[in-house]
Amino acid sequence: MSEQPTETRTPPQVPVIHARGLTRCYGDRAVVDGIDLDIARGEVFGLLGPNGAGKTTTILMMLGLTEISSGEMSVLGFNPAREPLKVKRRVGYLPDAVGFYDQLTATENLAYTGKLMGLARAERARRIEQALWRAGLTEVASKRVATFSRGMRQRLGLAEIIMKRAEIAVLDEPTSGLDPQATQEFLGMIGELKAEGITVLLSSHMLDQVQRICDRVSLFRAGHIVLMGAVPELAVKVLGAGFVVEVEAEGLGLARRLAMIPGVTHVETLSVNRFRMTAERDVRPDAARAVVAVDGSLRRLSVDEPSLEAIYTRYFQDLPAGGARHAA
Amino acid sequence: MRREGSPFQGMSTVFVKELADHISSVRMLMLQLLIVFTALAALYEAINSLRQNTAEDPFLLLRLFTIDQAPLPSFVAILGFLIPLMAIGLGFDAVNGEHNRRTLSRILAQPIYRDALLMGKFLAALATIGISLAALWLLVIGLGLIFLGVPPGSEEVARSLVFLVVAIFYAGVWLSLAMLLSTVFRSAATAALVSLGIWLFLTILWPMLAPALAQVVAPPDPRYALLGLNDPATTVWAQELLRLSPNDLFEEAMLAVLSPTTRSLGPVFLDQLRGAVIGAPLPFGESVMLAWPQTVGLIAGTIILFVFSYVLFQRQEVRA
Repeated sequence: MSEQPTETRTPPQVPVIHARGLTRCYGDRAVVDGIDLDIARGEVFGLLGPNGAGKTTTILMMLGLTEISSGEMSVLGFNPAREPLKVKRRVGYLPDAVGFYDQLTATENLAYTGKLMGLARAERARRIEQALWRAGLTEVASKRVATFSRGMRQRLGLAEIIMKRAEIAVLDEPTSGLDPQATQEFLGMIGELKAEGITVLLSSHMLDQVQRICDRVSLFRAGHIVLMGAVPELAVKVLGAGFVVEVEAEGLGLARRLAMIPGVTHVETLSVNRFRMTAERDVRPDAARAVVAVDGSLRRLSVDEPSLEAIYTRYFQDLPAGGARHAA
Repeated sequence: MRREGSPFQGMSTVFVKELADHISSVRMLMLQLLIVFTALAALYEAINSLRQNTAEDPFLLLRLFTIDQAPLPSFVAILGFLIPLMAIGLGFDAVNGEHNRRTLSRILAQPIYRDALLMGKFLAALATIGISLAALWLLVIGLGLIFLGVPPGSEEVARSLVFLVVAIFYAGVWLSLAMLLSTVFRSAATAALVSLGIWLFLTILWPMLAPALAQVVAPPDPRYALLGLNDPATTVWAQELLRLSPNDLFEEAMLAVLSPTTRSLGPVFLDQLRGAVIGAPLPFGESVMLAWPQTVGLIAGTIILFVFSYVLFQRQEVRA
């Protein structure tokens, strides 16, 4: 949790997004079913899960763009269903596959939303210029958006959030359909937002990306949050342990030696002189020390960081197939 | 509990943006060219015919609007046919266009209510039509001045201004309808086809169907037929059914306002005309009173259809 100085209504320790028992029903089918959520200021929070698991609906409820069937929610201390304008003034939203008016230029598109935000002319021009610069779109500012690539459109969407000076940036599938380089650039820009103390909420199914930039993640399944926390915590919870260290070394009684390292839960001998250790923390220094202690020669020492993908796969694997079908 | 803030916040921004879009769009240019050329043809014929038989007519200017010279219909009849096309052209993709461009959720994530978006779009399209109709109106007056050389009297100008106002509400009905369909159908092509279908049905088929339906609802008494007369009951039914079409309402209102000699829009008995000087024009106020029910019908149609699309749009999911 960051300790950014802030002049806004909510003190840092109070969650900027708070939900209890949040539910959205279509007919008798609950798309979002009793979600509890607390997101702290300055956090990068990831919403993960298969399509149709309720991520976008949760985001739309947060912005007052769809009704809340039951439960309570507050965003920056406001009720999005009753005070949507106050919420929407402070929250920036980049929808899934964002669209712009193709016949207008990048600047004109931002000018339109800037006017809707109620920015005065001079302020608007200044903010647009700054936002386009930060999004790396200065050169194409006066080109029509029709000529823009997918990545440029996403960046223009982010420029809109920058222009808004949003306290919370809500990004729905921001990197889907981007090429690797555009994805890198985009993730870098999200990092910049975080550095400014902006709370970022993003939904995605690009697990490795989410893992790289998110402080905490929540796993959605059929309208429920089934897992929530930092990735290493989840790894311990789902995979049993967080770190898998492989050692390739010669040495007498090395396997026993490795098993004695505190935090190691299991040592598996893969072949002669190759061991796989499962541990709660990164035990590479201890493993190296153990090899030196038995006077062995260390050939390779590698660690598999707990991957979100492994957690995700394992979690959905363990569930009965019926649940997964319902979610899809 | 009331929601906070004004529903009209941001409406003027939407209005200005949509107006600029409409006026600079190729679509609008095509519609305007279509209307201007057809209207000019009708006017040319009207001017020609007026020049050839310059009878004593205190309302020479108004004759420009209403005279029809075969094979062309009158200027007003052409507008009655083409205004719906223009309104549909501007409204059929108002809401689903935003959906399909995926701009809707981004715009609605700004601090405005949906009311502002829908209302702004409606008013912008109506203003666009208003501007082109006003230009057309000026064109008629100008051509009248040039070719007929008779300055328009104040009553003529007043009557033609009423024409302008009624025409804008007539456009409003079709615009509301097109926007309603653009809210109902996610595909712009479907919305356009359905609105055009309704337009063709109401302007071409309905005038043929209404009398037939009236015959079914109120079969004419054979005694009237023997006398070679129409059964008043059947005639009234036919007229009431016809009035379900905004096209008919527009034409009746225009008849009352632009042909000052019109005394009644429905069937009248001869004894009701006793003492009337046939062919003498009605005062301006009386003509407006005659057209008032039709005008109210058009205004009500506009509002009702708009309310439907408003309610639908408020309840619609924004996600694509």
